[in-house]
Amino acid sequence: MEKQNAKAKGRISQKPLVVFLDEVTRSPMMVNILAIVTGLFLGGVIAALTTENVYVALKSSLVEGLKIALQAAWNTYKALFLGAFGDPQRIVTALQSGDWSQINRALSPLSESLVQATPYIFAGLAVALGFRVGLFNIGAEGQIFVGALAAVWAGVFIKGLPPIIHAPLALLIGGLGGAIWGLIPGWLKAKTGAHEVINTIMMNYIAFRLSEYLLTGVLRDPAKTTPISAPIERSAWIPRLFPYPNRFHVGFFIALFMAFLVYLLLFKTTWGFELRTVGANPNAARYAGMNIVRSMVITMALSGGLAGLAGANEVLGVNRNLGVAFSSGYGFDSIALALLGNSHPLGVVLASLLFGFLRNGAIQMQLTAGIPIDIISIIQAMILAFIAAPAIIRTIYRLKTPKEPEIRLQISSAGGSS
Amino acid sequence: MTTQTMTKSATSYISPTRERVMGVLFLIVAAAIWVFFIRNTTPGLETTFGMTPGGSQVQTPDWVFETYTALNILLFLSIALAVYQLVRGFKRYTNLVLGLISGFFIFAFLAWGASGLSLNLAGLLRVMVIRSVPLTLGAFSGILCERSGVFNIAIEGMMLTAAFCAALFGSLVNIWFGLLTAMLSGLLLGGVLAILAIKYKVNQIIAGTVINIFATGLTSFLSAKFLQKYQYLNNPGRFPTWDVPGLSQIPFIGPVFFSHNLFVYAMYILLIVLTVALFYTRWGLRLRSVGEHPKAADTLGIQVNRTRYMAVLLGGTMAGFAGAYFILGSVGRFDEVLTAGRGFIALAAMIFGNWNPFGAFGAGLLFGFADSLAGKLTILRVPIHNKFLEMAPYIVTMIVLAGIIGRGQPPAAGGQPYEKE
Repeated sequence: MEKQNAKAKGRISQKPLVVFLDEVTRSPMMVNILAIVTGLFLGGVIAALTTENVYVALKSSLVEGLKIALQAAWNTYKALFLGAFGDPQRIVTALQSGDWSQINRALSPLSESLVQATPYIFAGLAVALGFRVGLFNIGAEGQIFVGALAAVWAGVFIKGLPPIIHAPLALLIGGLGGAIWGLIPGWLKAKTGAHEVINTIMMNYIAFRLSEYLLTGVLRDPAKTTPISAPIERSAWIPRLFPYPNRFHVGFFIALFMAFLVYLLLFKTTWGFELRTVGANPNAARYAGMNIVRSMVITMALSGGLAGLAGANEVLGVNRNLGVAFSSGYGFDSIALALLGNSHPLGVVLASLLFGFLRNGAIQMQLTAGIPIDIISIIQAMILAFIAAPAIIRTIYRLKTPKEPEIRLQISSAGGSS
Repeated sequence: MTTQTMTKSATSYISPTRERVMGVLFLIVAAAIWVFFIRNTTPGLETTFGMTPGGSQVQTPDWVFETYTALNILLFLSIALAVYQLVRGFKRYTNLVLGLISGFFIFAFLAWGASGLSLNLAGLLRVMVIRSVPLTLGAFSGILCERSGVFNIAIEGMMLTAAFCAALFGSLVNIWFGLLTAMLSGLLLGGVLAILAIKYKVNQIIAGTVINIFATGLTSFLSAKFLQKYQYLNNPGRFPTWDVPGLSQIPFIGPVFFSHNLFVYAMYILLIVLTVALFYTRWGLRLRSVGEHPKAADTLGIQVNRTRYMAVLLGGTMAGFAGAYFILGSVGRFDEVLTAGRGFIALAAMIFGNWNPFGAFGAGLLFGFADSLAGKLTILRVPIHNKFLEMAPYIVTMIVLAGIIGRGQPPAAGGQPYEKE
């Protein structure tokens, strides 16, 4: 980017505004932003199309129908916004009153969005790290499950430790569980060429069945009628920072720290350079004497570990026990996150914040406006499609093609030898 | 390897190392039969296999035998096969013998689990056939796409959308219209996959993921918004069971294989049609050549991208048909995410079946059997949790993929968009 700007400054003959606009319309960021906008717009269209009143109004007149449709879309996003950020009016009155418990309550939607964003950050980093090394970890969902199972095991069955040791230990064990789940496909890929996409999908379902087995077996709380684990020991809890109902916990900062670590690893170490080279051009990496097998195995383990932390973080910081229907799609959404963030840790954090706000907003929207939460899956899928196929966005908005060819995600052939 | 896969005889060569590995594997199976089953069986107990599925008109007498003797016969046969494999080798029949030995092991397992009890074997196998339908049809969808060089991990999403359409439009009009719209919705999503993958050259895994997330979101959204509120929109009815005249009267085999609804017979027919079309017609050769070596195909005047579009659209329609099964051939009503990962087991069946319709059918039956058996485990006195049996399809797929016992041969150009130079 900086290089491009410098080049642009060199072209004195052109007017600055023209150059600026030219740069903006060519930048890959523009596509991402427009992808989000378009996705949200189409989500509004779907919300309007599925409102029965619109069709009732359409019978009387077209204008009336459009009015109701606009209203339906507006209501959807209003509910989403209020759910994600809280009611601005309420926040202002709470701040004016100066009462801490009122401020806490008024700001709790905002902090809840951050709570929702936390597992997204971990899982998005997991997928992004894989992308950078040319590996497609589609198994974040399973790794999240195993991470959660391992963390719950550590949180329930290890007793008598002080919180300062127990909580990090449980988190670490969760990460380790996810790492093992990622390591197996990585090792299979490196040693036998078995494609990691298929293997991580298979590992996902093995993880689901394993969790059902454990939650109806050893991990199950005997006092409960539903298959749910016993509550985690208090000492293993990731501490929350504010009083009830605010669930904001330290995990958010751990996630940010992890993003920083991944950034350091990828861009500031020799080893990270090696990993990125393996991802960009495996043949060149092999020629340069880099150890591809080791890179793949370690990357998949780290990637799985990050996803495992997402699961561990959820059970230790938010749920404090583990039920059968625990992770709902964090793992698959994380693919969108990694792409939306251009597989860069900072980008992933920003994308995660967006998805966290969307998700929390949608939960509240379902409660207040009666619009099923699944609408955000539709929006997310469309955003993902637009980012993956920038040509669609460029055609719709008549954007110019970038000067440098876009980096495409390359993965080798599935199945057997690669 | 690229050229080898074009000829069907490529798989017939078995290296000497692999012959020996297989021999040892057969011995291990024999040892497992002895260690797990024979040692834990009390001599004198009898196993009873019911040979008539519940509710069937065609009666077949129960099959009663002494467990201990039967297990010893199986052990003897396994050892004999293993010894022959190690001494002479079965050469190109090795995979067939592997299947036979696996069959022995499963039979020994059932005989041991049901010793002193009665197990309805016919019912078990009948359910196996029923459960295999979406897996096999889904795998056919995958085969059509991947043989042409386009990964389709969106089978799950396509089936889910099709199931929704079958429920909704089947209720609004009739089941035939439901079936039609289900297939059309599959066609439509196939079109989305094709346009993303071929025109926009999107990474095919991501394109598939887009469809999966979208399908899950859309069907759950619409179901929560409409189907749960208006129950009459979610009551399409089902295709009736139809006995094949003549064939359904065969004892044991008739009720197990030839007393089903439309979807099962469609599976049999599509199995033949797809095999012939892919391997014995010019159309199939072109489709496969595009998936193996698009550049060579292009040089010979085959339109690569048009062929791929056609294959993916057909694959989508097939997945749509598989999705309709869930509603019109099975439960008769739509619930959120009712496919529950069967699209991915179908993917596994495709790989396990080596991108081959008959292989996929076999894998579908095997995975269907695991599913069917998981439901019956509680009847047997077996110390295995049914969740582990449900994991089995995924684990064996990983084993096959890793090439530990035989390696699959995926289409060489799978996943790569084709750009004309």
